[in-house]
Amino acid sequence: MENLTALSYDLRKNVIEIIRAGKAGHIGGDMSVIDILITLYFKQMNVSPENFGDENRDRFVMSKGHSVEALYAVLAEKGFFPIQEVVEKFSKFGSKFIGHPNNKLPGIEMNSGSLGHGLPVCVGMALAGKMDGRSCRVYTVMGDGELAEGSVWEGVMAASHYKLDNLCAVVDRNRLQISGNTEDVMHHDDLHERFRSFGWNVIDVKNGNSIDELNAAFEEAKTVKGCPTVLIANTVKGCGSPVMENKASWHHHVPSDEEYEQIMKDLEARKEAALHE
Amino acid sequence: MSKTANKQMICEVLMEAAASDRDIVALCSDSRGSGSFTPFADAYPDQFVETGIAEQNLVSISAGLARCGKKPYAVSPACFLSARSYEQAKVDVAYSNTNVKLIGISGGVSYGALGMSHHSAQDIAAMAAIPNMRVYIPSDHLQTRELTKALLKDSKPAYIRVGRNAVDPVYEEGNVPFRMDQANVLCEGTDVAIIACGEMVKPSLDAAKLLGEKGISATVVDMYCVKPLDKAAVVKAAENARAVITVEEHSPFGGLGSMVSQVVGSECPRKVINLSLPDEPVITGTSQEVFDYYGLNAQGIAEKAMELVK
Repeated sequence: MENLTALSYDLRKNVIEIIRAGKAGHIGGDMSVIDILITLYFKQMNVSPENFGDENRDRFVMSKGHSVEALYAVLAEKGFFPIQEVVEKFSKFGSKFIGHPNNKLPGIEMNSGSLGHGLPVCVGMALAGKMDGRSCRVYTVMGDGELAEGSVWEGVMAASHYKLDNLCAVVDRNRLQISGNTEDVMHHDDLHERFRSFGWNVIDVKNGNSIDELNAAFEEAKTVKGCPTVLIANTVKGCGSPVMENKASWHHHVPSDEEYEQIMKDLEARKEAALHE
Repeated sequence: MSKTANKQMICEVLMEAAASDRDIVALCSDSRGSGSFTPFADAYPDQFVETGIAEQNLVSISAGLARCGKKPYAVSPACFLSARSYEQAKVDVAYSNTNVKLIGISGGVSYGALGMSHHSAQDIAAMAAIPNMRVYIPSDHLQTRELTKALLKDSKPAYIRVGRNAVDPVYEEGNVPFRMDQANVLCEGTDVAIIACGEMVKPSLDAAKLLGEKGISATVVDMYCVKPLDKAAVVKAAENARAVITVEEHSPFGGLGSMVSQVVGSECPRKVINLSLPDEPVITGTSQEVFDYYGLNAQGIAEKAMELVK
C-alpha cells in the first residue's frame, strides 16, 4: 500500500501550487481537510473515473465547498483530470476549475459553495440508496463554522429519523473560521452532545489529520446499524507547515514567495519523515 | 362540470405514473394534506418522503434523491417553497441541474386571509431569475394534467405554481390543446391582446366576451409557460393588436407582466398595461374577494381594455 501520509504532503504541495497560480484559495481549510479526503478517496470509497457513472458508486458531497483546492488535488491524483490543468486554469477567466465544486467537472456529484447544503443533500442520496436496496455509502464533509447554519440541523434530524446508517458525515473540526476562533464566533464545544441528542453515532477522531485514525473511524462507522454516524475530526487548520498552522488569517491567503519557500520545505520535511516512519 | 383543484390533479397524474415507475418520489414538508398528496403517501409509502416542517431540507433531500436517479416532486406551500428554500432551489436544484420538480401549492393569494407570510406574490420573479429554472403556472386542472404528464417526460428542474381551490375550467375534457412551452391562444382579436397565466386566464377569457359585446375584439393567451416564455406567441398576439394587457396573481415586479413588456418593447412596441397585485401586503379576504378588490376579474380586465383602446 502506498504511503498515503507521504502522499498527503505531495498533494498539499499541489494545493499550494494551485493557489499560487490562481492567486486565490481557502488554504487553511484545504490543509485541514485533505487527509479526510485522501482517506475517503484512497481507502474508503469505490469511486474512480472508470465507475463514476455506476449507480452503485459511493457518493461524496463536499459541503465545505470552499476547500475545493484540496478536492481538486485529490481528484487529480485519482485520475479525474490532470493536476497541470488545474494549476493552469484554476480561477482563470472562463475556467471550469472555479473556487467551489461544480458537477460539470468529472468526479464531482453536486455543486456547493453555500454552506449547510451538503448534509441535507446526502440525506436524499442515502434515502435513494435505501429505497433501491443498494449497499453504497454516502459521505459529506462539513466545516465546524458551517454548523451554525440551521439547515445542517434539519438534515441531522432527518438522517436520524430515517435511520440512515449508510450515511457518514465528517466535521472538519479545525476550530477556526474566517473571523477567528469558532468558540468566540459561535460556540460548538458541546458538538458531540448535540449530534448524540439527535440520535447520531458520534466518533471522536483525536487526530483528524491522521489517515490511520480516520480510516479506523470510517471502518467503525460501517459497523454501526440503525443510525447515521458523524466523525468529529479534530484537525489543524493549515496543517503542514508552522507558517500557516492554526492561523485564522490563513483562512484564505496566497503565500508570498518567502512563505511559499518555507512551506514547501516544511512539507518536504514532513513527507520525508512520513516515508521513514 | 366537475371541479378538481390543480394540486389534486398533479397528485392523480403522479399516482398513475408511480404505479409503474418506482423512481417517482413525492416529498412533503408536513404538507401532504394541504397539497392533496395524502392519497399518494397512503398508496406509495415507499415512494413518499416526509421531511417535517423543513422546506430547506425538503428541497435539498429532493436534489440528493434526483442525483441518485430518483424523480422527486417536492410539494410545499408556494410561499415557503419559493422563499424559505430559495437558495436550495438555486444551488441544489438549478445550479446542480438535478431533476427536481418543485410544486408550489396554494400559490399567489390562495391563503388570502392568512396574510402576507402565506402569500407567494414574489415567486415568479424569484424563480424565473434563477438560471436553469423553469416556471409554469397552469390555468385549470385539465391543463395541469397535461403539464404534469409532460414534466414526467423530462429531467430538468422546474417550479410549478398551483392555487389552493378548484377553479372554473378554461378547457373542456377532450379538448385540451397542449404543446410543451407553447402558449395557448384561446381567442383571437385585433383590438387588444390579453396575456394571462394561472387563475387569471379564466377571467381574461370572460373579459374578452364582455369586450365582444361592446364591439372590441380581444386575443386571449394562456401563458402557462412563464419561463421559458413563449415569445413568438407574445409577438404574434401583440402585433395583431393595438395594445397589450397582462394579468397575473403576482407582484407588479418581475412577473409575467415584466417579461411580456420586455418582449413587446423590443420586438413590436405597443402600449402594455400590467394588471397584478399591488406592491403592498394585499387586503384580507378570499382569493375572489382579493381579485375583485384589485380589479383582477372579468369586469376589471374589460374596463382596462376599454380605456386602452378607446
